[in-house]
Amino acid sequence: MNDRTRVQLTVNGQREQVEVEPRALLADVLRDQLGLTGTHLACEHGVCGACTVLIDGEAARSCLVFAVQAEGASVTTVEGLTPPDGLSPVQEAMRDCHGLQCGFCTPGIVVSMTAYLDTHPNPTDAELRDAMSGNLCRCTGYQGILAAARQAADRMSASS
Amino acid sequence: MKPSQFQHHAPEQIDEVVGLLAEYGDDAKVLAGGQSLIPMMALRMAAYPHLVDIARVASLSTISASAGAVRVGAMVRQSRAERDASVAKVPLLAKAIPHIGHFQIRSRGTVGGSIAHADPASELPAVALALDARIEATGPGGVRHIDASEFFLSTWQTALDDGEILSAVEFPLWGANSGFAVEEIARRKGDFALIGALAGVTLDGARVARACITMIGVGSTPIRCHDAEAALIAGGADTDLDDIGRIAAAPLTPADDVHASAEYRQHVSPAIVRRALTAALKEARS
Ligand SMILES: Cc1cc2nc3c(=O)[nH]c(=O)nc-3n(C[C@H](O)[C@H](O)[C@H](O)COP(=O)(O)OP(=O)(O)OC[C@H]3O[C@@H](n4cnc5c(N)ncnc54)[C@H](O)[C@@H]3O)c2cc1C
Ligand code: FES
Ligand code: FES
Repeated sequence: MNDRTRVQLTVNGQREQVEVEPRALLADVLRDQLGLTGTHLACEHGVCGACTVLIDGEAARSCLVFAVQAEGASVTTVEGLTPPDGLSPVQEAMRDCHGLQCGFCTPGIVVSMTAYLDTHPNPTDAELRDAMSGNLCRCTGYQGILAAARQAADRMSASS
Repeated sequence: MKPSQFQHHAPEQIDEVVGLLAEYGDDAKVLAGGQSLIPMMALRMAAYPHLVDIARVASLSTISASAGAVRVGAMVRQSRAERDASVAKVPLLAKAIPHIGHFQIRSRGTVGGSIAHADPASELPAVALALDARIEATGPGGVRHIDASEFFLSTWQTALDDGEILSAVEFPLWGANSGFAVEEIARRKGDFALIGALAGVTLDGARVARACITMIGVGSTPIRCHDAEAALIAGGADTDLDDIGRIAAAPLTPADDVHASAEYRQHVSPAIVRRALTAALKEARS
């Protein structure tokens, strides 16, 4: 029953092929087989958001996707959102606004915020609060994270 | 925690899905978006030797609109339905979807999965019940239709037979001068509702000609409030919506859980119905 299955997928623009147990979570495959440890796992049941990645452009919990379900998909992790030099506007805003402390939740927050702002260029503060409600942070507090979302939204819409 | 081992089947035809379910019986479970099943497996509340993944069955991912209804395939992801022009013709469905979890959940979760899962706090079962939707089931005997009023039996229990899958849901269209609303109380945006009300009205002049009121989080299924609907239709233009809320709440016997007491749920029921009706009437008049 624990036969391995071959899965082909694109991760951060690169074609990958992995052999996995059907029960292997996409998050574990990204971390353990592809060495992309930016994707963090905390609750492992969809609540905290630490494991958020983009699947075919949409933000999703990589702890609630089996790698076999991602056959043929294009996955982007926090590593893939980071420019070769410097930081993305969202990452910069997180730094500027003290949006992180220990940083454990940060990859999921960066991925979620990036995905949301890409599709919602002029959000209100209330909309940002709703949008970020799916990511838990246990140490920074949310004000800095929301301030970062505001800054990133404003800078991204000003520069587009 | 991690899910226990299973064999993954990913058929491309609905006949193969039905065949696999027949072959493996109780050892098999349908995997749609996985947003309820995978957490249950991760928590080891559920374990199945075989998962039949329906994501590659193209016929389950269609949305089509006819004169009287919009048919949504079971595998249509909630995020896609949220943006779809045909689904927008069913305003109660379009308004309910953003209340489901977070956008990172809706990107994977499906319309059919939510209805087949039949969680009593879920929004989409309540939409189906409120609108008298028809559930399309496909099994070894072919296709049959089940009225939403007969579909939800109890928490996580539906009228689907063993070996049957939910293949689509048909949501009837309401006419002009209609308005709809979803009102919930939740600790945090995106959390399962502690309690909620979904309402729809159609006006004929100032009079309410048609109404639906469904509540969630107050029983083991979504609950349709027929007496309150009748009272709203019978009452004149100046009907006190608090009275309608009280009529809706009277027969409810909500339960205690860690999130809220039965007493609290009972107490806020009339108000949440009033809020939903106020918003639906406002939309119908505009
Ligand atoms: C953090 C979090 C918050 C959430 N908040 C909410 C919320 O506020 N409101 C809400 O309604 N939901 C919420 N959900 C659940 C989410 O909506 C799920 O997507 C949905 O309940 C199940 O849909 P799915 O496609 O993911 O189904 P799956 O998880 O794949 O399946 C769920 C169950 O239904 C069965 N099933 C699925 N599809 C079919 C089918 N076509 N035929 C027969 N059986 C089928 C499966 O066998 C399984 O038993 C939340 C989930 C998470 C993780
Ligand atoms: S680890 Fe995936 S949501 Fe918490
Ligand atoms: S920065 Fe520590 S959990 Fe968010």
